[in-house]
Amino acid sequence: MAAPADLSGKKQSSYELMSAENKAMQDDPTLNPAMFWVAEGESLWQAKSGTKNIACSQCHSDLKKSMRGAATQYPKMIKGKLQTLEGQINQCRIGAQGAPALAYESKELLSLTALIALQSKGMPIAVNESPKNKEELKKGQQWFNKRLGQLNLSCAQCHEDRAGLKLGGSPIPQGHPNAYPIYRLEWQTLGSLQRRLRNCMSGVRAQQFEYGSPEMAQLELFLMWRARGMPLEAPGVRP
Amino acid sequence: MSKTSRTSITMPSSAKKGAIIEIRAIAQHDMESGFRYTESGKLIPRDIIRTFTCSYNNVEVFKADFYPGIGANPLITFTTIASDSGMLEFKWLGDDGYEAVNQARITVS
Amino acid sequence: MTRRNWLKHIQKLGFLALGSWFTPSLVFAKKEDADEAIQKITSGAKIQEGRVTLTIPPLVENGNLVVLKVSVDSPMTANDYVKTIHVIAEGNPLPSIFTAYLTPRSGTANITTRVRLADSQRVWAIAQMNNGSFWQGSAETLVTLSACTEMV
Repeated sequence: MAAPADLSGKKQSSYELMSAENKAMQDDPTLNPAMFWVAEGESLWQAKSGTKNIACSQCHSDLKKSMRGAATQYPKMIKGKLQTLEGQINQCRIGAQGAPALAYESKELLSLTALIALQSKGMPIAVNESPKNKEELKKGQQWFNKRLGQLNLSCAQCHEDRAGLKLGGSPIPQGHPNAYPIYRLEWQTLGSLQRRLRNCMSGVRAQQFEYGSPEMAQLELFLMWRARGMPLEAPGVRP
Repeated sequence: MSKTSRTSITMPSSAKKGAIIEIRAIAQHDMESGFRYTESGKLIPRDIIRTFTCSYNNVEVFKADFYPGIGANPLITFTTIASDSGMLEFKWLGDDGYEAVNQARITVS
Repeated sequence: MTRRNWLKHIQKLGFLALGSWFTPSLVFAKKEDADEAIQKITSGAKIQEGRVTLTIPPLVENGNLVVLKVSVDSPMTANDYVKTIHVIAEGNPLPSIFTAYLTPRSGTANITTRVRLADSQRVWAIAQMNNGSFWQGSAETLVTLSACTEMV
């Protein structure tokens, strides 16, 4: 078998593998369907919610300023718990607003995630190893290297060892989470990184991690750490 | 009971008289094709935007019929001649009482 | 993992990807359905080749949203303009994709939209001029599947 392209040390976004049309769809906000979710997020940000009848905008007064860089830092350890961006949004809902948590892949949660991620567009992913996240990061790395499913494949076998080679006609990307949430053409809608990871797992016929589970957060943490320094493209478009 | 959704219009706000302007119109809509099935094998009924019209100072200047083969969150880009200052109105009509309207002003000198 | 085992895995994944196409949800139109749709448009009138350019990417990563551009060569004056443009996809379950109605106020007969293409196929654009004549152009494309989908 031919040696895989030597991308050692070079992080490559799967943006590079897309057609010119799909790149344009991501780059131009007047073409990117994800912007509808951002618009919805803007409305939700201002909406009073929950028993405390308070809106996001009341605690986080200037959206651009307060959320700038936020999406590049998740998942992170908050009060001893590994929290993803979606998890933190729900934590705010429950704790600060007295509102119920939003379901994964719901229009509301995706809209808020898209809105917040957009505020970090172009900024480098800033998830680094620290004494606080060391244990969880290690678990994430173990998930990345663990063979899963009926096909008995690990993430690393495709996305490390064989990135750049083809699988059934499609080039294998390095699999960085640098554009989420994404408008995936396959889904014909906006979706989260966790939805995409569940697709990977169904691809190898594995039991999918549950939305919002500790395993998901650990894997997300490892993936973001692995992608550190790459500019955030959110909200992205992918095939 | 009519349903609606967000739409987005991209076009210049001003133009020289007689200039050809490009208009980009998108509507947020799943465009359920009517060819998909649920996991349990039930056919999901067709639910799409059927027509899009553009009127310029109340005169229809462009129309399109959409079929299930148009992708979700349908985009259409077309041109029109900047004839006078005024209002362009865009209307999307679809199944299940769907209706969306958007407007844009143009100053023509 | 040995090369042989890796190749076995690739094959299985390929089957997984293909498997999604043999569900009842996709019935490929034969070229006859497309011909029928075109017949309805022209009522059997002669269609001339030329003046119509249909642009779609030759290789498509996912058929759910494909940028499609139609461009008809016309002065677009009150005496000589494109009245309608029909786009027909040979390989879709329903060949008719969209119809655009233009006027002398349109300026150009350039339309861009995003379409669903169910499979690798030829797509046709039929334009009718104000004098009743029909013109056609087409483009062919290869549609590939996204890797690792929800459909198992």
